[in-house]
Amino acid sequence: MAEQDWKTSKRTFAAVSLPTLLWVVVFFLVPMAIVWLYSFGENRGLTEIEFSGTLDNYKRATEWLYLGIFGKSFAVAALVTLICLIIGFPVAMAITFASEKWRPWLLLGIMLPFWTNLLIRTYALMMLLGTQGFANKGMGALWEGTSWIKTLVGLQPLPTWEPVQLLFNNFAVVFGLVYVHLPFMVLPLYAALDRLDRSLIEASLDLGAGHFRTIMRIVVPLAAPGIIAGVMITLIPALGAYLTPDLMGGTDSQMIANVIERQFKKANDWPFGAALSFLLIYAMFALIAIQSMHKKVPEVR
Amino acid sequence: MALFARAPVAPLEYSRTLWMRLWVGAVMVFLYAPLVVLMIFSFNDSKRNVVWRGFTTKYYEKALGNDQLVEALINSLTIAALATLASLVLGTLAAVLLWRFRFPWKGAIDGTISLPIIVPEICLGVAFLMFFAAVGWPTDLVWPFNLGAITIAHITFCFPFVTMVVRSRLASFNREQEEAAKDLGASEAQVFRDVLIPHIKPALVAGALLSFTLSLDDFVITYFTSGPDTITFPVKVYSMVRFSVTPEVNAASTLLIILTVILTFIALKAQGVKAIAETH
Repeated sequence: MAEQDWKTSKRTFAAVSLPTLLWVVVFFLVPMAIVWLYSFGENRGLTEIEFSGTLDNYKRATEWLYLGIFGKSFAVAALVTLICLIIGFPVAMAITFASEKWRPWLLLGIMLPFWTNLLIRTYALMMLLGTQGFANKGMGALWEGTSWIKTLVGLQPLPTWEPVQLLFNNFAVVFGLVYVHLPFMVLPLYAALDRLDRSLIEASLDLGAGHFRTIMRIVVPLAAPGIIAGVMITLIPALGAYLTPDLMGGTDSQMIANVIERQFKKANDWPFGAALSFLLIYAMFALIAIQSMHKKVPEVR
Repeated sequence: MALFARAPVAPLEYSRTLWMRLWVGAVMVFLYAPLVVLMIFSFNDSKRNVVWRGFTTKYYEKALGNDQLVEALINSLTIAALATLASLVLGTLAAVLLWRFRFPWKGAIDGTISLPIIVPEICLGVAFLMFFAAVGWPTDLVWPFNLGAITIAHITFCFPFVTMVVRSRLASFNREQEEAAKDLGASEAQVFRDVLIPHIKPALVAGALLSFTLSLDDFVITYFTSGPDTITFPVKVYSMVRFSVTPEVNAASTLLIILTVILTFIALKAQGVKAIAETH
């Protein structure tokens, strides 16, 4: 039995469709429409907003300052995605080819952080990266050790260790986003690799290709849809990230979400914030459109 | 131990090569070290989170004695429970709708239902802030009705995940079972209750846990929708982290991590790791 035409049982159709459709319209589409309307409005006084159909908010968003922040957000998100891919791919490979006994535990190991509160994970990382944190202490110890070895060999000791500022800069934002988003990347990669026909890899190895070549020429092309899915699942939340740049970034590591937040809290410029929000949404749509174009390529051939 | 197994490494046993093991081990350390340090330091007898000064549970007493923090935690759990229940109903209905019927505008409706997953959190938060301001949503209701705005926002971004999970489970449903039940005289409602629901039960468990954790986890959307008197746990922890880093936050975080682990193990008992992994 294929899908049923809705006209054949209208009552069931209504019972199944109405609650969800109503919810989506009232509590999703209407709020989004309000944001969209506001983005063409102007501030008149402290709380009054006039919907004048102006494009000034969008014009302001194309100022260099905001274009720069958009560009930087993209760059950070892309870098984070790339690092996650490089770190995550071998992990996904290892999970795929692990023994039946180990695989569930490795998966659980990746999933548990995925389920843990984002704020707690960010906070935990901040503790570790602070000037008094373990990362600095560890590096300090290594530094002292090198210094000591140098004196043993009769060289000048290194200057004393100065704690490195690991927090509140761009490095911290990238590091934090990689930490938070790594499980997002590994899980879809694993799902794609798990579906792979292993005899193809074996054939490639039998025919004399090395492991690296097999991975690049056989595994990666076959797992491409999963890789693209993983990239999107990491890139989209990274682009709209608010918490990590807010807590771990410095004054110059603002991302687009932080600018939007400021329009609604401190700057109190709702129309401009609404315009920025919609520009971010359009950017997401563009990314997804690119992804679906990629999907279609094999079908055309 | 498998680590020193004598059988030679077969070509495809990537996970048995040394460098792969080191890589996976390093990633696990990277993922878990911060959390473990956080949990250890919640027992540290020192105001600052730096040097170990002996074991104490006084920060747990302090965290549990902090009325605002406890209230925030209760709020969060209430919202998560309500949002999960509603998301299960809405999400399952949407999944059945998209699976079972053919109707005009299906593609557009399908896309719109999954849209809340794609729209960035910050935009959704902004939208709810504006929406509740525009409709003049009352902010002075008594508990638990004052959580209404946040709960509504959470349902909106949780239920599409339930739809996604249930839909992929429905794909494996044999429609002949439904027909057989109907031939034997079952009504529409009976088929739903006795045939369809048992089949999608694993997806319902997974969907429920997913929406519960998503709701409990959410900071950004809640930050925009919460009024002055409705604080949730992440919002409270955020303000605590912003102003000072205290072991009290560690203690509260540790409690939430333990809760997450317990929930995960319940999910494991219900389904097994593999089934859960496939739902992501």
